[in-house]
Amino acid sequence: MKKVLTGNFAAAYAAVAARVQVISAYPITPQTTIVEILSELVARGELAADFIKVESEHSALAACIGAQAAGARTFTATSAQGLALMHELIHWTGRARLPIVLANVNRAMAPGWSIWADATDAISERDTGWMQIYCEDNQEVFDSILMAYRIGERAEILLPTLVNLDAFFLSHTSQVVDLYDAERIDAFLPPYRPAVKLDVADPRSFGALTSPDYYYEFSYKIQKAHEAARQVIAETGKEFGSVFGRSYGLTEAYRCEDAEYVLVTYGTIAGTAKVAADRLREKGFRAGVLKIRYFRPFPAEDVVRILGRAAAAGVVDRAISYGQAGPFYTETRSVLPGAGPALTGFIAGLGGRDVSVADLESMFLQLRDGKHSPIVWIGVKP
Amino acid sequence: MNAAELQKKTPFRLTLPEEEILSPGHLACQGCGAAMAMRYALKALGRNTILSIPACCWAVIDGPFPYSAAGVPVFHCAFETAASTAAGITHALSRLGLDEITTVAWAGDGGTFDIGLQALSGAAERNDNMIYVVYDNEAYMNTGIQRSSATPHGAWTTTTPTLQFKKGPKKNIMEIMVAHSIPYAATANIAYPEDLVKKLQKARSLRGMRFLHVYAPCPTGWKHAPGVTVKIARMATECNVFPIYEVEEGVYSINRRNPNPKPVAEYLKMQGRFHHLREEDVQFIQSRVDRDWQRLIKLEQAFGKAAGT
Repeated sequence: MKKVLTGNFAAAYAAVAARVQVISAYPITPQTTIVEILSELVARGELAADFIKVESEHSALAACIGAQAAGARTFTATSAQGLALMHELIHWTGRARLPIVLANVNRAMAPGWSIWADATDAISERDTGWMQIYCEDNQEVFDSILMAYRIGERAEILLPTLVNLDAFFLSHTSQVVDLYDAERIDAFLPPYRPAVKLDVADPRSFGALTSPDYYYEFSYKIQKAHEAARQVIAETGKEFGSVFGRSYGLTEAYRCEDAEYVLVTYGTIAGTAKVAADRLREKGFRAGVLKIRYFRPFPAEDVVRILGRAAAAGVVDRAISYGQAGPFYTETRSVLPGAGPALTGFIAGLGGRDVSVADLESMFLQLRDGKHSPIVWIGVKP
Repeated sequence: MNAAELQKKTPFRLTLPEEEILSPGHLACQGCGAAMAMRYALKALGRNTILSIPACCWAVIDGPFPYSAAGVPVFHCAFETAASTAAGITHALSRLGLDEITTVAWAGDGGTFDIGLQALSGAAERNDNMIYVVYDNEAYMNTGIQRSSATPHGAWTTTTPTLQFKKGPKKNIMEIMVAHSIPYAATANIAYPEDLVKKLQKARSLRGMRFLHVYAPCPTGWKHAPGVTVKIARMATECNVFPIYEVEEGVYSINRRNPNPKPVAEYLKMQGRFHHLREEDVQFIQSRVDRDWQRLIKLEQAFGKAAGT
């Protein structure tokens, strides 16, 4: 079944399709319509779930943690300040190995108050053990949430996933979304049956005081789960394609086979970059786009393989790590061999500023012109 | 010797459930009131119980990974999330058809009166189905005896040194919880285990947010010998420092009255944390205890069973 849906509605319908059992969330612009529609769908009985209407994002994630530990599939959604307030529990979820899925509407951090797109909120949660997906369109939001449960709940993975969608560019923009049918989705995503949970018949303690004799190995296992997730993500993305007709990987390479110049980017900017690449190719300029879907685990192999064929590459970040550079730039730089292509870091669109096709064309041309620098500001006003 | 053999040797009336769920190998200090509270609570609640325990003494008492003394499932949660984590657990159990399991949030006074108050208020306002127990040892004991908003006026702690001891009253957590119109709120004291067990059993038979404020002395932080924990706890009630009462659907009942309450000075002098107090400080504390007791009596007169119709 196809519907015209905003990104927020796509996220909410994905939670319904995943048959989540407990939802706990707190409203924050521009995430609010996710909690509104889920409240409505739960009230109408279209989703058999408990919706805990908590008094803060901190409690929202705490409640999801408790519910997931007790054996329920859970869902929450937030944005920016709300994600930052959750931060302590974002770590808690990752270390507790609870495969919670969180839809995060990427929004700039205050001050000044901004409700517009910027990925710095999610980047700040980089080192928490969560997998992170950045979506280009609303179909990808819907599909990614379904896959996030399937992948995260695998016994050898057991990791939570942050599914990111850009504020307004996706959250409030309507697109056609295929919701498939419940039968195929249920077959793809069976009910959540964790091997270990809070169980009075098998009493255990979870998260107890952990000495250096054990903590180190717990961290090692989280890293190993992320490493194992790369293949599971690739396989699940392929399987998703065979069932529903849309395949996904850790990345998406667009016209990269023969590309001399490649822009690496994520989120909605990827769609705009594809249009820029198409236009430049009409003029004989061999442009390609490498869209990063998964920031964690980082798709190192894809990046090395695809950028290795290019003469020069650039990374477009709608985020910044102050005192260094764009976060996707530094990650990309870190995996490329020393002899790898010249790499430029572009900072664009912070706080929701528009990144146009013309902007992206100019970035491609700068790659050709060969002034490579870790930070190039796009459209900064004097 | 088991209870049956003991009964034969010295006849007695067993007033508490016999089964010991809490294992003896826990990590509590000698004479710990919080350990007694858990022992009695588990006797009352039984094995069909799941605990949500935030940072507090009990995060350590239960034992380090991979050990656990509680005998029931324990989820160690973040400091300020005893109630919100328990909310998730209880909703999941309900959704999974496991309603017969009792979800218990078990937190110290810091995690309840201070950092966890928002989450507790949220869970109380939603009337989430749990028993919330605060075992109150009147300071951050696990981190080394720092003052909390449950620390009483006059007390020494490591952050309220004797030259600048804690000023101002202990926060009235019971009235805060009663103001949320929850089904059940009660105080209890480890010196009165039958009352504590009875209240937890009553709480278990109800649904929604049920709150228990349990008085639990701390020899380490209160500076008293481990052997007098129960004596001090009893004295707290006998001098009206810690009245034993309950509020069921807004109806107040004082469960224990002292026709001739002992002077507060007797309670204070049993604990090193009050040794610096001068006569006028003690008189001031006595006046506040008397005032608070009179206030409680008036609440019972106005909103007790007798006032009913």
